[in-house]
Amino acid sequence: MTPAVSFAKVSRHFGSVRAVDMVDLDIVPGEFFAMLGPSGSGKTTCLRLIAGFEQPTSGSISIFGERAEGVPPYRRNVNTVFQDYALFPHLNVLDNVAYGLMVKGVGKAERHKAAEEALSLVRLPGYGARRPGQLSGGQRQRVALARALVNQPKVLLLDEPLGALDLKLRENMQEELKSLQKALGITFVFVTHDQGEALSMADRVAVFNDGKVMQIGTPEDIYQRPKTRFVADFVGSSNVLPPDFVQRYSGQHRWGSLRPESIRIGRAAKGDGVAARLVSTNYLGATTRLALDADGLRLHAIVPAGAKLPREGEAVMLTFNREHLHLMDEPG
Amino acid sequence: MTIAVLNSNPAPAILPGSGGMRGALSDVFWRKPKLLLLLMLLPPVLWLGIVYIGSLFALLLQSFFSIDEFSGLINREFTLKTYGDLLQAANLDIILRTVTMAALVTLASAVIAFPIAYYAARYARGRWKALFYLGIMLPLWSSYLVKIYAWKLILAKEGILTWLLAKLHLLWLVDGWLLLPIVGGNSLSVSSTGTFIVFVYVWLPFMILPVQAALERVPGNLVEASSDLGASPGQTFRNVLFPLALPGIVAGSIFTFSLTLGDYIIPQIIGTSRLFIGQAVYSQQGTAGNIPLAAAFTVVPIVIMGFYLWGAKRMGAFDAL
Repeated sequence: MTPAVSFAKVSRHFGSVRAVDMVDLDIVPGEFFAMLGPSGSGKTTCLRLIAGFEQPTSGSISIFGERAEGVPPYRRNVNTVFQDYALFPHLNVLDNVAYGLMVKGVGKAERHKAAEEALSLVRLPGYGARRPGQLSGGQRQRVALARALVNQPKVLLLDEPLGALDLKLRENMQEELKSLQKALGITFVFVTHDQGEALSMADRVAVFNDGKVMQIGTPEDIYQRPKTRFVADFVGSSNVLPPDFVQRYSGQHRWGSLRPESIRIGRAAKGDGVAARLVSTNYLGATTRLALDADGLRLHAIVPAGAKLPREGEAVMLTFNREHLHLMDEPG
Repeated sequence: MTIAVLNSNPAPAILPGSGGMRGALSDVFWRKPKLLLLLMLLPPVLWLGIVYIGSLFALLLQSFFSIDEFSGLINREFTLKTYGDLLQAANLDIILRTVTMAALVTLASAVIAFPIAYYAARYARGRWKALFYLGIMLPLWSSYLVKIYAWKLILAKEGILTWLLAKLHLLWLVDGWLLLPIVGGNSLSVSSTGTFIVFVYVWLPFMILPVQAALERVPGNLVEASSDLGASPGQTFRNVLFPLALPGIVAGSIFTFSLTLGDYIIPQIIGTSRLFIGQAVYSQQGTAGNIPLAAAFTVVPIVIMGFYLWGAKRMGAFDAL
């Protein structure tokens, strides 16, 4: 099957800065694809390369099998939901949504009808006459989504679209986006720095760092089986274990990772395990996050709320299931 | 240790006033900010209200008086006779000529200013931006009269423009243009075309700066969004950039239009002997001593500007503000 978007050795340099560096990736048609990484990791530049706002310095990009280098954004059947929505302030909501159809020469009655439908799709029916300035952040976000979807794009690009929303709204929108994507079957490419968002929404995730793709896989793959220390640390802030430590438990001299929720806390001097000292506790609501010091190695553990906890400064014994210790590709 | 230092800070929680008149005054102004605003605004409001609006009102009043044609004395009785005089063919001709010139100058300024303003707002950074401001402002620092006389030399028959075009074998272009009625003349410096060129040159900065300010406020991602939604660069200009820059263009056109309507020096030095409103006012209040007619002539640009702004507002020029 032809990939929806395909990058082959794509680089984009700004002067001496390698924003995107030799990236290879294939996005499957109809999937919800997330690009995850810290700011400056090149994920947004990748999105802009797909949209056509940037041109690759080298390498080739194809969209549904067609070469996209040198093709301007207005000739790509790809639409973007911008981070700060980029709604046209001088047009009302209906004309904002109908803009794409207007520039394609669709008649007024027809495009307004389509825009109304798109507004219903994002649950904003009857908001057409308002100005973008009169809407809340969440509503603007929906308008931006409707404005992109009304064009029936082959690929929908979303640039941190939930970043400006508060937590409750963000969780609602995550669910809505996910079900919308399932219902429409359009390929979604989603850029975020929030690993929780990427894991919960995406079918597959690409983790970016320093302009390179560190790992591509399903959320479970990325979370359970990180290939590098960066991925382990960035996705779910796993405990990164040095080769010497890992060798004691697995016999192999390689970097390892251990999820904070895999660590059990026991009273000191009982059974075998890793002796450590409790440094601090952070109450997070459903869980409590513990910072531990195991002979100079800083570890984190997450335990369910309500569990009986030792006091800060007390000595504890850490145990974990050896199967949960994941060995990474990076050798020691 | 740091904490100990912080805890030993002996200062009280509420600091005493700094004392004296100034300290007391600061506190009063802080508590009653409107008082400060009133004190700051009073002088300019008095100036605008009495000196400016007052004299404008006096002018309006004068235009409703008339002149006794035999004695040359002003008859201080309310009449519309002077406005009737405005409608004489010769006077109407002056008004029409001035308004047409002002409209053309405004249009040309807008067309020339837009790309310059667009470049400055979107692309110029740091040193280039400074250079842009310097380039726009520099002509404003030199004397208006010097610039106009310089242009007279440039446009004269023996001037540098004729010389340059002769070298390029393009003189026939100018000669052909000068043969045309209305816009033509003996040379560029004594033709309406010359007047037009100098007007555009002199008022251009007043168009560039507001347009640049308007474009500066258009977020770059609106242009990207338009392109993303399938609009060609031309469509993006028509549907996004132009409507959002329109308040700036209107602001600039208020300058170029009203300054051209009122100017009497440029058409006197460069151009034909046919009068513009400003020259008519000058000669009516000076040599002719017909203050009421001069006043009535002055009211014309005010009324035109009023209609212009009303029309611009109705067209939605200020919606994007």
